Amino acid sequence: MDLNDTPELAEYRAKVRAWLEEHKHESPASRDDDDETVAARRRWQRRLAEGGLAAVTWPAEYGGAGLGPLHQVVVNQEIGRAGVLGIFDIIGVGMLGPTLIAHGSEEQKQRYLGPMLTADEVWCQLFSEPAAGSDLAGVQTRAKQQPDGSWRLSGQKVWTTNAQHAAFGLLLARTNPDVPKHKGLTMFVVPMDAEGVTVRPLRQISGEAHFNEVFLDDVPLAAGAEVGPVDGGWGVGLTTLMFERVTIGLGGEGFGWRADRFAHALLDDEACTRDPETRHRFGEIATEFLALRFTGYRMLTSLQRGQVPGAEGALAKVTTIRAAIAAGDLICDVLGPDGLSDERFGELVSDMPGLKSAGGTEEILRNMVGERVLGLPPEPRLDKGIPFSELRAKEKEAVA
Amino acid sequence: MNFALSDEQEFLKEAARGTLSRVATVEAAREALDGAPLPDLWPAAVEAGWPGLLVSEANGGADLSPLEAMLVFEELGRVLASVPLLGHLPATFLLDRAGAADAVAPLAAGEARAAYVPARPPTDLSDDWTVDPALGLTRAPAPSFADGRVTGTVAWVPDAPGADRLVVVLDDGRAALLDAADARIEPATVYDATRSLGHVTFAAAPATLLDLEPGDTAAAWYLAQALIGAEAVGAVDVALQTSVAYAKERHTFGRAIGSYQAVKHELVEMLRGLDNARSLMYYAGWAAQDKPDEFPLAASAFRLAAGKAFDHAARAQISVHGGIGATWEHDAPLYYRRAQLSRRLLGGTAGAADRVAGELITTARAQAAA
Repeated sequence: MDLNDTPELAEYRAKVRAWLEEHKHESPASRDDDDETVAARRRWQRRLAEGGLAAVTWPAEYGGAGLGPLHQVVVNQEIGRAGVLGIFDIIGVGMLGPTLIAHGSEEQKQRYLGPMLTADEVWCQLFSEPAAGSDLAGVQTRAKQQPDGSWRLSGQKVWTTNAQHAAFGLLLARTNPDVPKHKGLTMFVVPMDAEGVTVRPLRQISGEAHFNEVFLDDVPLAAGAEVGPVDGGWGVGLTTLMFERVTIGLGGEGFGWRADRFAHALLDDEACTRDPETRHRFGEIATEFLALRFTGYRMLTSLQRGQVPGAEGALAKVTTIRAAIAAGDLICDVLGPDGLSDERFGELVSDMPGLKSAGGTEEILRNMVGERVLGLPPEPRLDKGIPFSELRAKEKEAVA
Repeated sequence: MNFALSDEQEFLKEAARGTLSRVATVEAAREALDGAPLPDLWPAAVEAGWPGLLVSEANGGADLSPLEAMLVFEELGRVLASVPLLGHLPATFLLDRAGAADAVAPLAAGEARAAYVPARPPTDLSDDWTVDPALGLTRAPAPSFADGRVTGTVAWVPDAPGADRLVVVLDDGRAALLDAADARIEPATVYDATRSLGHVTFAAAPATLLDLEPGDTAAAWYLAQALIGAEAVGAVDVALQTSVAYAKERHTFGRAIGSYQAVKHELVEMLRGLDNARSLMYYAGWAAQDKPDEFPLAASAFRLAAGKAFDHAARAQISVHGGIGATWEHDAPLYYRRAQLSRRLLGGTAGAADRVAGELITTARAQAAA
């Protein structure tokens, strides 16, 4: 057990700290997503990229620093310590960029990765649909190839973060409905300014719109817009989801969901720090957050040894959301009704019920861990080996 | 950074598992409830070097860290082995810290046994050193020391029956060593027959003060928290493996019960508790060595997470097995008994939750003032 930096890592940390010290005044203070703040956050991402702090683990040939997950952690820690914001396009740089690096053509990598890194072009993830979330392979957005090799795209996507700011989206579409559902999907790069793309904000419990709906009405796509093989999109998507789990599983502290921060909130009411029930609840919540931190170190140790992150990471997401929900409840119990709209903690109350379903619902994640880690048999499935078109017909029949 | 066990630590665990596999400890736990004598595992423990695990080499010990002790306890907990180390290790830790070479050497060699008579360190809300009461929620004052003699009563002392020496933590945070023969030790409940407990009374018992640094007696308390937590980790792992195996083979309505989400999600909850507890076990082990200031927080968080995971796993194991899981012949009730008793010892898991809160609130207050 050793959480200390190696000499090489200590030197890297010193360099990162020095860079942040010199540039921290350039960081915007707000995480908001109005246009003006977003412009400032994008400029800050460009500065971080120039300092080598935006894509720590990307290979150097695509503009990354070519370093390992531990270096990424050092950067995250130092960004937290300096009190500055991290990059704006976490979804692009953290999940979609690595997917392009793994599955894209050389031409795609050369075209897209550079501007993604500097936030000159923001990206969004166009996977989920109104009728395909947990069962993602059930996407109905249809891509039809034209005689000249180009494509036409129609359908609807949802829960799309940053769609209103994005230049491109990575989109999962059905290219062959006449084979079983996992086998007829293809991944595409979609320019968000293409004809027929409409982005509409989706307001949530908090009243704010952190997500969008994206409508695709006969959108033309050039030949070669596909990422990875035609009808091989499911494997490409799995890569994205794997990076998503790592990003979420290691990312909770970056959102400020930490035991020490919640302890500070309790100091607002001196009497509650002596109240046995408050202390008991807080002790249990804090313990879950501490467990997450050290589970993170265990995951990093595996990553560093070259092991692929397994389904265990999904449990970190379950714990993160459960603990954050409990923390929001506790702090609002202490602060009273005003806590519900407190700008520091109100988001925990209003956003968490939805986030419980984001990045894999708790139920789906528990299924995944039960089956892949514990080796338990799956629920019997009624869709195995059935062509997607037939499946849809059956579903419609059952509803009618 | 490296947050995994070393090869030596993995080997220590395997060796402990090997040692314990020679005796049918779980079977013995059941028979002991009906009054059969428990197998004497002390000679095996001595052969493995466990009594001197935390004692420095100069005093005849192995000079290993609390994490290694936790790994041995994980294996003990796995098979409900009755080895009186929960009392012995914190006692030898204190004697070694005090440089009491003559007293600790025979204990490290396993020629004699010691028991730690615990007292909970002061909290952010109370300056008192307190002990678990025999009954009720109100904590009792720790024994006092005057004119070379100890006076007081401590209930639920692990491994006190059969100990040769007692290391008692006093109401001022110091500690004293005495012969067990000079105290009155009344064996306590056998709800879990593998757990030896005693109520200890000192009536002006002659004792020697130990020459300790401030903080040593608190560290002994957190060491005991970490050890009882580690024991739970091993037990949860067994409960999970046993339940998963059963959920794969038991069929209802034409399919394995482990395929039903209601059952599967319960099993995954056992794994989640286990995983969180294990991460905190490593945290406690790391803090004990590298970050002593955080050891109270780490050990308490670990005790809480492991205790809760065990409480849940022991119940879930019974549910997953259905009615058979609640019968005398099954092992599940033995783990359940262990969980039920453990959560109420050494300040209880609830006490650990309060300590986690107190530690974090104290730190936050200091930061706010700075």
